[in-house]
Amino acid sequence: MLKKHKNLSPPLTLLVEVMTNSTIKMMKINSIANLNQETLALTKRLFLQLIRRPSTLFAGILQPLIWLILFGALFSNAPEGLLPGGMNYGTFLGAGVIVFTAFSGALNAGLPVMFDREFGFLNRLLVAPLESRNSIIFSSIIYITSISILQSLAIMFTASFLGYGWPGIGGLFVVVITLLILVFAVTALSLGLAFALPGHIELIAVIFVVNLPLLFASTALAPISFMPSWLGWLAAVNPLTFAIEPIRAAYSGPLNLANVLIQAPYGDLNGYGCLSVLIGLTIGLFILISPLLNRKLS
Amino acid sequence: MHVIDTQELVKSYGPVKALKGLNLQIPKGCLYGLLGPNGAGKTTTLRILCTLLAPDSGKVLIAGINALQDPRSVRKEIGYVAQEVAIDKILSGRELLQLQADLYHLNNLEKEDRINKLIARLQMSEWIDRRCGTYSGGMKRKLDLAAGLIHKPKVLILDEPTVGLDIESRSSIWQLIKELRDQGTTILISSHYLEEIEFLSDRMAIIDDGRVIAEGSPEHLKQELGGDRVTLKVREFSSQDESEKVKQLVQSVEGVRQVVVNKSQGYSLNLVIEKEEVLNRLRNKVLEAEYQVFTLTQSRPSLDDVYLQATGRTLMDAELAVSTQRDLKKESKQSMR
Ligand SMILES: Nc1ncnc2c1ncn2[C@@H]1O[C@H](COP(=O)(O)OP(=O)(O)OP(=O)(O)O)[C@@H](O)[C@H]1O
Ligand SMILES: [Mg+2]
Repeated sequence: MLKKHKNLSPPLTLLVEVMTNSTIKMMKINSIANLNQETLALTKRLFLQLIRRPSTLFAGILQPLIWLILFGALFSNAPEGLLPGGMNYGTFLGAGVIVFTAFSGALNAGLPVMFDREFGFLNRLLVAPLESRNSIIFSSIIYITSISILQSLAIMFTASFLGYGWPGIGGLFVVVITLLILVFAVTALSLGLAFALPGHIELIAVIFVVNLPLLFASTALAPISFMPSWLGWLAAVNPLTFAIEPIRAAYSGPLNLANVLIQAPYGDLNGYGCLSVLIGLTIGLFILISPLLNRKLS
Repeated sequence: MHVIDTQELVKSYGPVKALKGLNLQIPKGCLYGLLGPNGAGKTTTLRILCTLLAPDSGKVLIAGINALQDPRSVRKEIGYVAQEVAIDKILSGRELLQLQADLYHLNNLEKEDRINKLIARLQMSEWIDRRCGTYSGGMKRKLDLAAGLIHKPKVLILDEPTVGLDIESRSSIWQLIKELRDQGTTILISSHYLEEIEFLSDRMAIIDDGRVIAEGSPEHLKQELGGDRVTLKVREFSSQDESEKVKQLVQSVEGVRQVVVNKSQGYSLNLVIEKEEVLNRLRNKVLEAEYQVFTLTQSRPSLDDVYLQATGRTLMDAELAVSTQRDLKKESKQSMR
């Protein structure tokens, strides 16, 4: 900047410098405002779609509630003390259902993007001078995260209503943090799929195939100690398990993340370990998928 | 200076060569028509201009900005209305315009003002607050056009904006386009309707098979052909053989130029005569050779003749030829981003 004005007198150079710095600053503020504006507008669109087509939201809340009520009832007369820590089955299941709900909600994050690709709406966004095309991604993440949290809270209220307990304040904090990490990871995955797969049929197929097996091969419905060793292995490497166990711990009385939460075939893992694995997974997925998103979006 | 300037654009989709070295120079404030049959490469060209697509090679300058190096600056200058209407069924028209305004970073005041003006100008107030899913084809097109105009673009790119519309909607869109040109907007419009390009454009290019094959003002192009058009038939439906023979014959008549066999009109002959008198000489020559004269009509050159002259086939023929070859579903899949 300064070189250009070499032949100006020193005070003038200073003035020029101050002015260019402040314009740069203003441009930065401006571009943050732009980013805000476009991200908000895109998020608003997603929420309008949701409000006007609320059936997916209701189904997303109803389905886990049915799980909770029916499955919870299924084992309600099982002998006491069967589950680790003498938990009743409803409480045990609650954590699984919360995680599963957030997980399947986030897995669907790619669908609206896929439809936008198919109907040419994405082109409308791509010819616009967006400050950053990441705002398309941000809006999806904001949308899915709020929905997942909303759905999970609905389930937690119902669970407590059914007498399955309520995590304390600290517990609630752990629940929300855990869910957020999981939702980020799965949303990234789903958006990546939405750009990598040829159409919504394929995306729905993948969602369909991934969803239930991941549930059954996790500790959502039963502890590892109930499983044959091959399934125990699967459950012990299943990302859902790493989210379920801290939440379950939050429900089972005084929370201490240093306690061993997973007795996996490969060794014991405490709460911090679980969360670290989840965070690592999320970062890994973002690193893996962002080149794909950038390529498709530029 | 040219507001749109492309040089030697080349673009292939796998084995299909869509553009084979396309050059376009469009002056400021010009309403420029791009005429070509289905599959000529119009949409491909326009998508490259609005930065949706990168060419395999070639240069693109929009308002002096290199579109390949600085696409974002180009996007600010351009309003693009795609061939396929892309609106969100769940939103109302007004909500779509608001979204569009936010994507172009208009502030709240500008936003309201612009939206209200566009609603008034395009007479959308009656239905703008209804959901887009309930709109007719004409309403959708109007809304799409309004969205493209939200930021008062310097350059407006319209891909077949009136295709499939009733006459009334079409002429109201034509009127708007002319109005925008009069206010100084540079407009590039593609179409495969001759009369649309002829009615609207100040300058035009005929593109065929990925190249510009004729360029100029419609008037100029017609004049360049010179002379009157004549259609000759020796019977209602001739065979190709017969027509070729008659072609040999009439080519020898003095004052006859550019004889073409027109397949789409029962192998009639289209030709150009330099003077009025040539018509009689032509008739006599045909009769002498013991052919009959089934029809012999004379007309001023039209844009269709320009097209025929440039490509050796009528626009309609060209359309028919490609419509059988293209897999539209596959294309729309592949053009997904
Ligand atoms: N996404 C695609 N994948 C493969 N081939 C394509 C694709 N898009 C266009 N083509 C081919 O490229 C050529 C030019 O297509 P383009 O869509 O640019 O033509 P057009 O002039 O806009 O036609 P129309 O009048 O039908 O809109 C055609 O041969 C077409 O089949
Ligand atoms: Mg086209």
